[in-house]
Amino acid sequence: MVIFPIKRSFWFATCAIALLLGAVTGGANAKSLRYGTQDEPQTLDPHAANLAVTNRLLSNVYEGLVGRDKDFRIVPWLATSWTPPDPRTGNHNWRFKLRPNVKFHSGAILTADDVVFSVQRAMHPLSQHKIAVQGVTHAKKIDDLTVELVMREPNPVLPNHLIQLRIMNQAWAIKHRAESPQNYKDKEDTYVSRHANGTGPFTVKERQTDVRTVLAAFPDWWNKNSPEKGNLTEVVLLPIKSNPTRLAALISNEVQFVNDPPPQDIPRLRASGQVKVIEGLESRVQYLVFDMRRDELLYSNIKGKNPWKDIRVRQAVAHAIDANAIKTKVMRNLAVLTGTIITDQDQGYSKDADTRLPYDPARAKQLLAEAGYPDGFAVTLDCGANQPAADICQAVGPMLARVGIRASPNIMQTALLFPKLQKFDTSFYLLSWSTPTGDALYTLQSLLRTPSKLNASGDPDTSSGDNNFGQYSNKVFDDLVDRFKVENDLKKRDLIIRDALLLVNRELPIVTLHKPIIPWATSARAGNEVSAVLPPNGVPYFFRFSSK
Amino acid sequence: MIDTFKRWLDSDLWYSFKRHPLVILAAVLSLICFLGAFLAPILAPHNPFDLKTLNLLDAFTPPAWTAAGKAQFFLGTDDQGRDVLSTIMYGSRVSLLVGVCAVALSMVIGITLGLLSGYIGGALDAFIMRVADIQLSFPAILIALLIDGVARAILGADGHEDVAVYVLIFAIAASGWVQYARTVRGSTLVERNKEYVQAARVIGRKPLAIMFSHVLPNVMGPVLVLATLHVGTAIITEATLSFLGVGVPPTQPSLGTLIRIGNDFLFSGEWWITVFPGVMLVILVLSINIIGDWLRDALNPKLR
Amino acid sequence: MLAFIVRRILQSILVMLAVGAIAFSLFNFVGDPVSLMLPPEATQADREEVRQSLGLDKPFYVQFATFIGNALQGNFGISLRLGRPVSQLLIERLPATLELAMTAAVFGLFLGIPMGVYTALKRDKWTSKLLLTGSLVGVSLPNFLIGIFLILVFAVWLGWLPSFGRGEVTDLGFWTTGFLTADGLRAIILPAITLGFYPITLIMRLVRAEMLEVLRTDYIKFARARGLTNNAVHFGHALKNTLVPVITITGLQLGGIIAFAIITETVFQWPGMGLLFIQAVQFADIPVMAAYLCLIGFIFVAVNLIVDLLYFAVDPRLRVEQSGSGGH
Repeated sequence: MVIFPIKRSFWFATCAIALLLGAVTGGANAKSLRYGTQDEPQTLDPHAANLAVTNRLLSNVYEGLVGRDKDFRIVPWLATSWTPPDPRTGNHNWRFKLRPNVKFHSGAILTADDVVFSVQRAMHPLSQHKIAVQGVTHAKKIDDLTVELVMREPNPVLPNHLIQLRIMNQAWAIKHRAESPQNYKDKEDTYVSRHANGTGPFTVKERQTDVRTVLAAFPDWWNKNSPEKGNLTEVVLLPIKSNPTRLAALISNEVQFVNDPPPQDIPRLRASGQVKVIEGLESRVQYLVFDMRRDELLYSNIKGKNPWKDIRVRQAVAHAIDANAIKTKVMRNLAVLTGTIITDQDQGYSKDADTRLPYDPARAKQLLAEAGYPDGFAVTLDCGANQPAADICQAVGPMLARVGIRASPNIMQTALLFPKLQKFDTSFYLLSWSTPTGDALYTLQSLLRTPSKLNASGDPDTSSGDNNFGQYSNKVFDDLVDRFKVENDLKKRDLIIRDALLLVNRELPIVTLHKPIIPWATSARAGNEVSAVLPPNGVPYFFRFSSK
Repeated sequence: MIDTFKRWLDSDLWYSFKRHPLVILAAVLSLICFLGAFLAPILAPHNPFDLKTLNLLDAFTPPAWTAAGKAQFFLGTDDQGRDVLSTIMYGSRVSLLVGVCAVALSMVIGITLGLLSGYIGGALDAFIMRVADIQLSFPAILIALLIDGVARAILGADGHEDVAVYVLIFAIAASGWVQYARTVRGSTLVERNKEYVQAARVIGRKPLAIMFSHVLPNVMGPVLVLATLHVGTAIITEATLSFLGVGVPPTQPSLGTLIRIGNDFLFSGEWWITVFPGVMLVILVLSINIIGDWLRDALNPKLR
Repeated sequence: MLAFIVRRILQSILVMLAVGAIAFSLFNFVGDPVSLMLPPEATQADREEVRQSLGLDKPFYVQFATFIGNALQGNFGISLRLGRPVSQLLIERLPATLELAMTAAVFGLFLGIPMGVYTALKRDKWTSKLLLTGSLVGVSLPNFLIGIFLILVFAVWLGWLPSFGRGEVTDLGFWTTGFLTADGLRAIILPAITLGFYPITLIMRLVRAEMLEVLRTDYIKFARARGLTNNAVHFGHALKNTLVPVITITGLQLGGIIAFAIITETVFQWPGMGLLFIQAVQFADIPVMAAYLCLIGFIFVAVNLIVDLLYFAVDPRLRVEQSGSGGH
């Protein structure tokens, strides 16, 4: 009795591909890039997990209707053009003209059906990419190459969001029973979580979790004649957890690209001469989040009440953290302190809202005493084992301990942390967040608006609070978001965003630390010298990489 | 038992000890390590577990004798601003605690099962020895890992954290009892038929009393040798598990944890964070092994 | 003779049954066997089917027999972490671990034997004493420290050898090997030395002890009396006689080396079974843990059985006793 016969055909196919691979790489592999990274994506499903590590890989395989050029400007991608709604008609729908003859890796041609399907899939309750179709109720096929996104409400920055909407092939998804996204938080396994079929510049040629993932240049890519295109024919992703091992591999040219060099090693990398350090400004912010909802924290010694619900306790945390020390010691000055969750690269940033409570442990103690915790309390701080998060977490512990909050760091593998957070199984956590749309709406809607499931009357906007694992809920804030998300006048819109950010600073459901400026490190050896651009969303677009 | 011990000291053992300078050095070093570890709360310049006293701005201070060093941090500080000397002292405390407790537990289990097996014999003996055989098929580290993994599956990540040290002690103990059981059983089989044991039985002493008061003292020699060497192995096992990230939680660092943390800074020039705990671990284990090695030879009449 | 062979085989089967029982209890008492065997998207009907096929309604011994039956067919369910059949994962990782373990064992033999012979023949020279004390240091050095140190020196400072992975591997269809490319050969050097460290010290001490024993025997004395040269006596007679037990013990150690590879594989990110296992422990991935346990048990039992049978074939005088060599 065999319950799970090994899929022979798949097995043979893998072997055959691997044999071919051996033959190909046996020859010239000058254009092959080996990429070392501490965390690899746990899934290839385009709509399951909205995590930086997943985006970095999948953005090379799947594409959106809208794209970004080298200078991060919005440009037509799978759609050649679009018509924004005419505000006078009261109709908020957007119409997209699709690029003809775009091929999926499977050979299928992109049609409106694929877009309609992908929009619907991204809106599925299991999707973590609902924010990518912010304001959309559904997509309507007009003809084979025209799609209309039917809007519940206006979204003036819809194209920014659509960059994150990955288009997949409907027939392929249906064939592999993947109409709905993989249930990431329960570690579901699906065909689509292990295979990919996008329209992007690279195909997933080989996928061996923990060992290697091989991307191969897609010969039929629609944009292969782009002037921005580099010369890579293959990218081999190698997960190398240990920091020193990963850097040793880079210096000895076993890998040519590392996207996450530990801050402490950057000076040595710069000095080595074998490595090029590529700077960029990622719009990412490191921040702490409180469980703002429960009446009793899951992981604390205080019973019967939730200390975080007292604003003075949250202020005490903000006062207790010496963000500057974290910046100099943990980040080795590769960070900019920030007092707001939006970075100055994003639409909606406002200088007024970028203010931090000063580091003042005495004040923190006093606030705690006023709130009724003169002796402090204990709480667990969840954070990922990836760097520098783990080190920041360990640094925050003693700082809070000094004012009485005994925050014991619970450092866990990122592959375990995200599912835990998605189940809201936390009292206090550290995470970093980037705004790939370059616009405040994405972040405020997803990170801080009341989670849709908490809304008794039923929030029609299911992307609300998609990543709000602290379950912060504030009617005033929600109203501000609802107002600016439909505001067409950018000036007015910025003002409302500013009000929302100021409100967050007063309420402190999160405490921001800094904006990390971790560079990339690439090989500078002749024959393997890599040139690349680090965009604000931190995604390595390998088709723009060159090796010479 | 104490008399037996005294007898050893009077006899060749002490004489042999005095003649081996390396062993004397090892004994002195182990003694220093043990004292340093167990008196850490008194002797250590800082308490690295008292988070309140840590200052991140002290982080990465090099050892005192280097240009950028500070006098109050003799061996420098780690990434959290903890004094390396103190973390080593507290870390050895955890390492030794786990090592010694695991060996003690292992001894208790092994001796009990060995005595029962040898004295009672029969089906019980066969059963215990078969279990021992099977367990010997697996290296200690694998068994310890397995027990740790099962504990994780049962307790969940959060529950596991609280009892990690006990799980570790049990895991290492459970993987090491066989050698004691075998040694004790072998000696018991020999002793059981000796006249004094039979005499004790004739005057009506209970089997349990006979086992513990008559048989046991006579098998303590080899057990002591085993135990000494086992402490060294147990410490390495603990360090390895902690290095692999499945040992003690990072908030309660052992030497293995310290090495793992320092490993991240090895190449960025902050070598002292990992080198000193590493050296400490090697010195500790090496001293114990040298003593154990000597003890084995000294107690073995064949080699005299 | 036949009785002996049958008895050994029966014993081996008994050991495997015991290992299977441990794996079985891992499955049944630590996790829910149905969800361990099924992907999460399985329907209720699938669950019922598996529940029946596992015979969860049946008595305990029937369930155990079913489990053993499944295990014999290599079916250990689905990895909770990677969502793929465990057997498939292990098959993929097996070559990496076996190649590493073999190379380490060969290292052990080729360095350990000459060192052992030397220390036995020149037992009073200071170099011998240094080697012996050095071997104690070798036993006291944790494996991971050696690995870190080798990476630091040879990969970072000198830049001679790779610090991680298997390098370029060739896929032979049923086996992936790193032995056929220069890259793969370079990649195996550091991990193999790290893993071979313990066997080197072990074999050296063993060869030394055996040599000293043999040199005391009468026939060596006779050989000397016959006027044979020292070299002929030492290498022609003495060494030859020590090699049988040495190779046997090395063979028996192979299971231990494979299991010990867990540490080396973690330090060098070597994509073998050990790395898979350690991640399974961190994620409480029961099916992988159970399967790995069975596999290691099987390798050990198989090696033991083969060695015993060979011994018996070579030297029927030998009284067969359970070898006392455990892990380390």
